[in-house]
Amino acid sequence: MRILTAAIAMASGLIVLLGYFYPLEVLTQLRIMLTDWAVILAAMAVLVGVANLIFVQMEKIRKREKNSIYGVLMIAALLATIAIGVFGELSGIDSSFMNFAVDAIIIPVEGSLMAIMAVTLVYASIRLLRRRADAMTVIFLLVAVVFLIAIMPTPFGPVPGDWLIIQFAGMFSRGGARGLLIGIALGTLLTSLRVLFGIDRPYGGN
Amino acid sequence: MLALVIVVVSAVLLLIITYLRRKSPAVLRRIEAYERLNRVVGLAVENGTRLHISLGRGNLFTSRGASALAGLAMLRRLTERTSMSDRPPIVTSGDASLSILSQDTLQAGYRAAGAEDQYRVSTGRLAGLTPFSYAAGTIPVTRDEMVSANVVIGDFGSESALLVEAADREDTNLIAASDNLSAQSILYASAQDPLIGEELFASGAYVGAGVSHEASLQVQDVLRWLVVLAILGGALLKLVGFNF
Repeated sequence: MRILTAAIAMASGLIVLLGYFYPLEVLTQLRIMLTDWAVILAAMAVLVGVANLIFVQMEKIRKREKNSIYGVLMIAALLATIAIGVFGELSGIDSSFMNFAVDAIIIPVEGSLMAIMAVTLVYASIRLLRRRADAMTVIFLLVAVVFLIAIMPTPFGPVPGDWLIIQFAGMFSRGGARGLLIGIALGTLLTSLRVLFGIDRPYGGN
Repeated sequence: MLALVIVVVSAVLLLIITYLRRKSPAVLRRIEAYERLNRVVGLAVENGTRLHISLGRGNLFTSRGASALAGLAMLRRLTERTSMSDRPPIVTSGDASLSILSQDTLQAGYRAAGAEDQYRVSTGRLAGLTPFSYAAGTIPVTRDEMVSANVVIGDFGSESALLVEAADREDTNLIAASDNLSAQSILYASAQDPLIGEELFASGAYVGAGVSHEASLQVQDVLRWLVVLAILGGALLKLVGFNF
């Protein structure tokens, strides 16, 4: 069974890869079909994932773990949203509740988390010098502050020489970013090849 | 055509070096974060605390999936190493397919260690499907589940700041790596030993996931030198007036 799952995964990967490099009709059709199957499986995976989320929360509630009240809230909100969404879709009622759920709950909550994140980052930057006081840390903080000064709006217009800062510091940061991206691309390539050859098999219980 | 050549050359090099590496193991350069990871894994088993592995939101149908696959390879090894612990590791992810694969990998790790009965399906969790819901679903694991070390490895965005902050507040160890540039800059500012760039993909080699992972590092080195030579050659040709 394990050999079969590996063979199917490797064959699927090779067909999709070959279909990308050689746009032959047969390969293209196979590639599209496999990709469609993958999309359907991904959609089913979301349902399985949500079921897993409910299962984990229910186990917490059953064991009366710490903060399990949030699990009750989560499950209630999830079921209510699903019920209203499905009911609204079937009965043809307008989707005002779903819009309300997004506009009045999800967006403000995520916005609040983003605000917390901004404060967290400022705090982390302040602590950085205490945690790791070396030349690279000083350069990192200095460039970050100089960049912020260069791009921030002021009541008196742009900061004098802002274009010079952006061009000069940007030259190094763009170069560094490209270097990191090349490294990541190479790592991505080799990781994918290991999976394609069946050396790494994160599926089928291997 | 060039892309195909790169893929074929990489594949051939990977297979050859993997074969050669079976006889002589590689000598890896010292990366502080991975050394600390090996220490904290041992400590977690000894003092009966838990390991929390967060695999990020890397969708397997995009190029971001590779970082998730690297995380899964490391998860497999860490599961084997902690299979005898009183508290099994908990894995959180922000993508449904990845969450299923993490459960499969956990089960395979326990099976390989001969402790399949220790596996619990609730240890592989989908924490949330959007960046901030994922962070919100992951933070309680760090706080409430007796976690002593967090391994945050995969595709993250700026929400990684919240995960790092949560680990810091609970005074737990953190090993963090991402393939995302903004997350890397955040981790550099907030994590103790951040892993930068392709160091994420070296995780398997440093936790002893097999010779193919060590061979991958060597192939990456070879390809990196080829890229450097190509950039320098291109710049030189441009300098002498050769247009291409």
